[in-house]
Amino acid sequence: MNPNAAVDPLADAMLAARLFALAPRTFVGMSLRGGSPARDALVGALEEKVTLRRLPGHVDDERLLGGIDLAASLSSGRPIRQNGLIEEAQGGALIAGMAERMDIGIAGRLAHALDDGQAALVLLDDAAEPEEAPPASLTERLAFACDLSASREWRGVKLAPALGTLAQVALLETQALRALAVTAEALGVDSLRALIFAGEAARGLAALDGRTAATRADLSGAVRLVLAPRATRLPPQEHDAPPEDPPPPPPDGERDDQSESEQQQETDLSELLVEAAKASIPADLLAQLAQGNAPRRSGTSGSGQKRKSAIRGKPLGARAGMPRGGARLALIDSLRAAVPWQAVRRKEAGADAASPILMRKEDLRIRRFEERAARVTIFAVDASGSAAAARLAEAKGAVELMLGQAYVTRSEVALVAFRGATAELILPPTRSLTRARRALSELPGGGGTPLALGLNAAREVAEAVIARGRSASLVILTDGRANIAADGSPGRPQAKADANAAARAIAARGIDALVVDISARPGPEGAELALALDGRFLALPRADARMLQAAISAGQPTGKAA
Amino acid sequence: MARFPFSAIVGQDEMKQALLIAAVDPSIGGVMVFGDRGTGKSTAARALAGLLPPIMAAEGCPYGASKEDQARYPGVCGTGKMVKRTVPFVDMPLGATEDRVIGSLDLERALRSGEKAFEPGLLAKAHRGFLYIDEINLLEDHLVDLLLDVAASGENVVEREGLSVRHPAKFVLIGSGNPEEGELRPQLLDRFGLSVEVRSPKDIEVRIEIMRLVAENERDPEGFAARWAGEDDNILKRVARGKARLPKLEAGEDVLRDAAELCLAVGADGLRGELTLMRAARALAALDGAKKVTRKHLIAIAPSALRHRLRRDVLDETGSTVRITRAMGELFG
Repeated sequence: MNPNAAVDPLADAMLAARLFALAPRTFVGMSLRGGSPARDALVGALEEKVTLRRLPGHVDDERLLGGIDLAASLSSGRPIRQNGLIEEAQGGALIAGMAERMDIGIAGRLAHALDDGQAALVLLDDAAEPEEAPPASLTERLAFACDLSASREWRGVKLAPALGTLAQVALLETQALRALAVTAEALGVDSLRALIFAGEAARGLAALDGRTAATRADLSGAVRLVLAPRATRLPPQEHDAPPEDPPPPPPDGERDDQSESEQQQETDLSELLVEAAKASIPADLLAQLAQGNAPRRSGTSGSGQKRKSAIRGKPLGARAGMPRGGARLALIDSLRAAVPWQAVRRKEAGADAASPILMRKEDLRIRRFEERAARVTIFAVDASGSAAAARLAEAKGAVELMLGQAYVTRSEVALVAFRGATAELILPPTRSLTRARRALSELPGGGGTPLALGLNAAREVAEAVIARGRSASLVILTDGRANIAADGSPGRPQAKADANAAARAIAARGIDALVVDISARPGPEGAELALALDGRFLALPRADARMLQAAISAGQPTGKAA
Repeated sequence: MARFPFSAIVGQDEMKQALLIAAVDPSIGGVMVFGDRGTGKSTAARALAGLLPPIMAAEGCPYGASKEDQARYPGVCGTGKMVKRTVPFVDMPLGATEDRVIGSLDLERALRSGEKAFEPGLLAKAHRGFLYIDEINLLEDHLVDLLLDVAASGENVVEREGLSVRHPAKFVLIGSGNPEEGELRPQLLDRFGLSVEVRSPKDIEVRIEIMRLVAENERDPEGFAARWAGEDDNILKRVARGKARLPKLEAGEDVLRDAAELCLAVGADGLRGELTLMRAARALAALDGAKKVTRKHLIAIAPSALRHRLRRDVLDETGSTVRITRAMGELFG
């Protein structure tokens, strides 16, 4: 699929590393994905150019930002300050392993330091699951992101020294800036930061070669290194980038005198850049687009899919509270809270210096954890006469299979059925197989298709699920041929309009949706519905339950919250 | 690193307007900036810090107390004489601990002499200034509650083992966040006087201009700042004049009626919307140096003042901004 698959990704990563070493403050940093030997070799090579200071994942505030060293202060009886890691890394860079597990608070601190130009950062991203990623607040601020997981190289990694400096390179001409801006647009890169990085990278590439102006090759290199990894869509094919979509017209008179040929040149340049980008657009973007998914735009820091818990999950910082209701005492943090008070309390209580630590209720800290929210898949099943009875049986089968999976994936299933003039929640979110089976077998078929009612009912269930901190996705099994309006009255035009409105309301809530067309001869209605839902579409004219289930699991965005 | 000059920020007029209005009249209650990453939210908020007219505050007071504060909190703010100082701008990091925000036991003195003393936190630092929270929608709930409480009462109360401190903490809250990454609780949203939506500029020319300016700044920050200093100074003067003019401005009956009608038409919940709308229009008029508040000011500020207060109608996916603009078109022509 990737035309340049033969070129090892390490080559570009090395180029990025050289740029980073050239001007750590300008490029802020890089994120290196994939725990391959190539990455270790690259980090080793980078370390010869830039001092890298390790940032442990469990670093606390005092260590990160500096402050009073509690242990040393206590043993010496006077306050002893220590420098934070950020200060220690001045002039060099911090390097964080397992960045995909980084605590959001630490990421926030680091983002600040990066914004102030106090630090540069290398992130090592070992994410195995697609939904894991380093905090987006950091990756956005780093110029480069290189995926080395597919690299087979590791020998002789050495970063050639730069022949010039960034300051020697002239600022980019308007034409070059425009080409970058147009390319960013074609790739769906909205962030201005990325655009700014791209411009600096083009200059940086010229600096590496000791030149004083950036060339076309530098621009395409910058696109490949900075813009392509951030692409959210594929650039339009040459043939569907038609003449009716010309480069933006000059906004005012000053560009009127620009000759035709210059304009042509500019278009050529941006086409060239888009071409350069295609080779290094991340492979999973292609895969995700092929699946009909929008790529993850902003990482995984959405609050909908994670929630705090006092009982289980990934550990978060402790906070003040009583250890009850299942919450557990965070002993170290409690002691830490109590220690500064000891001198004060001894004095007040008149206790002697040898007495044990004096704890008070306010010192108690409890542990908190972060849980992955459970996913609830809501099936909205069209049980009308037009969706033939046989298909209904298949839909039932698929729901049963999904339920079987629920034990493995911890996801839950709910079922909404609509027929005649009503839509009802037949099965509230559950993991219970028996209940589901019973509800399904009692599901009757026949009557009109109140699609709008069905969609609204499904939306209400989804909203309730989201309100409880879980993520919801909808699977709508229908032929899309609505003929009952939202108020229960028959009539196709009104029914269609209502269904459309209901679908858009779901899209507006950002609920993930999949439309499965279960009619024997799929018409355009199903696809239109998917469009209004901003969701995906599957036509399964000859589906059996198992195929349906396979389609649903394949289309299921891997853990992405609704 | 030198801050990016406020006047060199291209576009984003609504955000700039809202920030300046909050600077003229802090009682408006903060600005919430929604937008994608890399749209210059933080840049604008932090640039604001550089162009606020100085205030008079008690010398050496950690709270930057004013004369009134000294009278109200005699024990806390001391009697130091008044000196000029810059308006505080506190950048609150995500993941700040409760202790750092509200203040805590002064560790140094506790260790040295077993003395119980209060070490002021970020809330104290932000008094009479700005508290900026990037990605506020990812802030922990208990901190959000705490901020709301202090923002509403204008004072921070710390009670712990006889460490009993009440100090003034009046600040303008500036939040920014990306709604795609988690919604803001409605209670918090309602606290913000103004809310603006920031998008990446789509216009290629604007984007090119931004790239050019940032590259210039990167290359020679001092020279760049010097080149924009005049512009920034003009804005500072505008804010200072606006502040001075504000108490003299009063909104007339006609504008009051307009505001009430508009709020009714768009279904903005509660009285807070109407009040904020009025105040913001007044502050805008002051900023513009106008003689009186007119409908023009009201229209210019209505989207920012009301956008986040509309009742959500799931069946109407039209954006709040569009609904407000439509209502204004119908009412005011």
